[in-house]
Amino acid sequence: MSVTYLDAIRSAQEKALRDDPRVFIYGQDVGKFGGAFKATKNLAEKFPGRVVDSPISEDAMVGMAVGAAMEGMRPIVEMQFADFSTVGLNQMLNHAATTFWRTGKPCPMVLRLPSGGTPGSGPFHSQSMEAIYSHYPGIVVMTPATVEDAYTMLLEAIELPDPVVFCEHKLLYYHLKSEALPESAVPAFRARVVRTGRDITCVTYSAMVHEAVAAAEELAEEGYEVEVVDLRTVKPLDTDTVLASVARTGRLLAVGESWPWGGASAEVVARVASEGFELLDAPPKRLNAKDTPIPYHPNLWAAHRPTAVRIAAGLREVLRY
Amino acid sequence: MAIRVAGALESKPKKGVVDPIELLGRTILRARVLEDKLGNLYRAGRIVGGVYLGKGQEALSGAGGLALRKGDIFAPLIRDMAGRLGFGEPMVDALRAYLGSRLGPMKGRDGNIHRGDITRGILPMISHLGAMVSTVAGVLVAKRMKGEKGRVGLTCAGDGATSTGSFHEGLNLAAVEKLPLVVVVADNGYAYSTPRERQFACEDLVDRAKGYGVEGHGVDGTDPMACWKVLQHAVERAREGAGPQLVVGKLLRLCGHGEHDDGSYVEKKIKSSERGRDCLKVMEEGIKKRGQEKEWQGWREEAQREVEEAVAKVSAEPVPDPFEEDWRATQSDGMAEVMVAS
Ligand SMILES: Cc1ncc(C[n+]2csc(CCOP(=O)(O)OP(=O)(O)O)c2C)c(N)n1
Ligand SMILES: [Mg+2]
Repeated sequence: MSVTYLDAIRSAQEKALRDDPRVFIYGQDVGKFGGAFKATKNLAEKFPGRVVDSPISEDAMVGMAVGAAMEGMRPIVEMQFADFSTVGLNQMLNHAATTFWRTGKPCPMVLRLPSGGTPGSGPFHSQSMEAIYSHYPGIVVMTPATVEDAYTMLLEAIELPDPVVFCEHKLLYYHLKSEALPESAVPAFRARVVRTGRDITCVTYSAMVHEAVAAAEELAEEGYEVEVVDLRTVKPLDTDTVLASVARTGRLLAVGESWPWGGASAEVVARVASEGFELLDAPPKRLNAKDTPIPYHPNLWAAHRPTAVRIAAGLREVLRY
Repeated sequence: MAIRVAGALESKPKKGVVDPIELLGRTILRARVLEDKLGNLYRAGRIVGGVYLGKGQEALSGAGGLALRKGDIFAPLIRDMAGRLGFGEPMVDALRAYLGSRLGPMKGRDGNIHRGDITRGILPMISHLGAMVSTVAGVLVAKRMKGEKGRVGLTCAGDGATSTGSFHEGLNLAAVEKLPLVVVVADNGYAYSTPRERQFACEDLVDRAKGYGVEGHGVDGTDPMACWKVLQHAVERAREGAGPQLVVGKLLRLCGHGEHDDGSYVEKKIKSSERGRDCLKVMEEGIKKRGQEKEWQGWREEAQREVEEAVAKVSAEPVPDPFEEDWRATQSDGMAEVMVAS
């Protein structure tokens, strides 16, 4: 039996619905239809009244989850695409995120965001939103890259007492497969060294982990050993694991699929530059998407996002210094 | 009450007078033939990304586009091929957007239904439903400030889009400003798979007009000439200063949400109800009763030729080249962030 990244997300939700009566799912078309990507397939039948179709009202959907969380439930809100979560930003950033700090009472909810680019999806069905959510205090932001993490981290997200933004990468939904659901998990909020190497560290997360690994393989043929670190959770950011890796390699390239101004990759470079300056043998660099909206045409899209080829070129540039 | 113009299709065309039946009939046909072709291109793997069609909704959409004049503003949504053609969008624009031609108005940067041409008064929609209502209101405010008179803005929405805050805020704003805005809601009973009972609790969306303080018009969206009459009237009312107009047409989308979707969640009962009538068939029957069977056949063949020619033309056009793309999102110089290996 093989399990896809999407199966893992569905299974985690199923387990949470089974184990915890406080959990319910709210989102457009998530009920009988099973969601636009089928992440809730069959769940409405199995858990009557707990997997509920919402109107097209993102602001109210998130607001409703905030209220339900205050009342002791554990809502999971599915956005049809991450991009539409901008419409619910007010409730998430100003309400969910401030509740614990203002009141001492938790606001446990999960906002699931089908994120990231796929060919032909264009400017409004391709966005990665982790930078915006991470900027606000009070929210945990998870960006799983593997089937195992999709499963264990979503369960963690549901259990956490805080609001969590769960960024699922659409490019991984159907193609990324594993043998079975995992039995154990990497500790919460910790990054993971995906591939060890002594020459340079490539820190990334979500779908870019796979591009980085492909780039590392390309560089291995040239005799370089690239260490790839998967952040898993971008907020809180596991600076220790990143610094430990840079201590081994002396060089850093941070990669993110989202735009270049700010964001997780900028945060990684800033932390290494200020807290690990002496560890570095070369200026730390960063690679992100180009600074335009995400293009529709596959030719443009492929050149807009970081790819294995561009990551390899970036790694070489830092290595050559 | 929904307006229905029984028998209107049977009235004979008069020499020297624009024949609305021919205008709308041809628009519906052109849209249908073009959308059938887009579906085929999608299944042949020639279109990357989604294809969203408006089959069954052409009469309402087309009547909206045709009710506008040059200089007016049209902000279509995902099922408005007919409205676009009626307003005057060239057929090649649709194909250029879907096939990603570099020569199209979006240059391959955006695609499919997200196309438009601001200089021609067609606003390119963003995906976020409800967003265009306030945007068209803004264009109309600007025209008023500039002293430009007699312009109307028309935008389209689905039943689902009416649940957005944007829709509500936009229509309320337009009502307060008493703008010449027509909002056409195609109530096809579903938003993707979500039936209307899960979308809103009022009996008829047109009832909301009173709450917004705007004029409301219900229409049977499967009846082409009823759509024509209602849209002509609503646009005229807006033009003469009566403020925003809310038109709600009841109909069914006779295709999936996108071509990836088989629409199997649509209830059989609804498909076989009045609401499920195909406006194109209604049109065709009326035309036959009028004794214009031959003309109809001719219009269809003309549409087919037009579509085939456009496909051939656009297929030979260059696709976007990342090396020639300037990768700038602002008109101001020196804004783009440049990174390592980018
Ligand atoms: C704010 C926002 N949320 C979600 C979506 C995703 N979405 C695209 S079309 C659609 C259904 C629209 O239904 P309706 O407005 O009734 O139009 P129809 O498709 O029936 O023509 C949804 C949920 C979106 N485009 N915008
Ligand atoms: Mg609808």
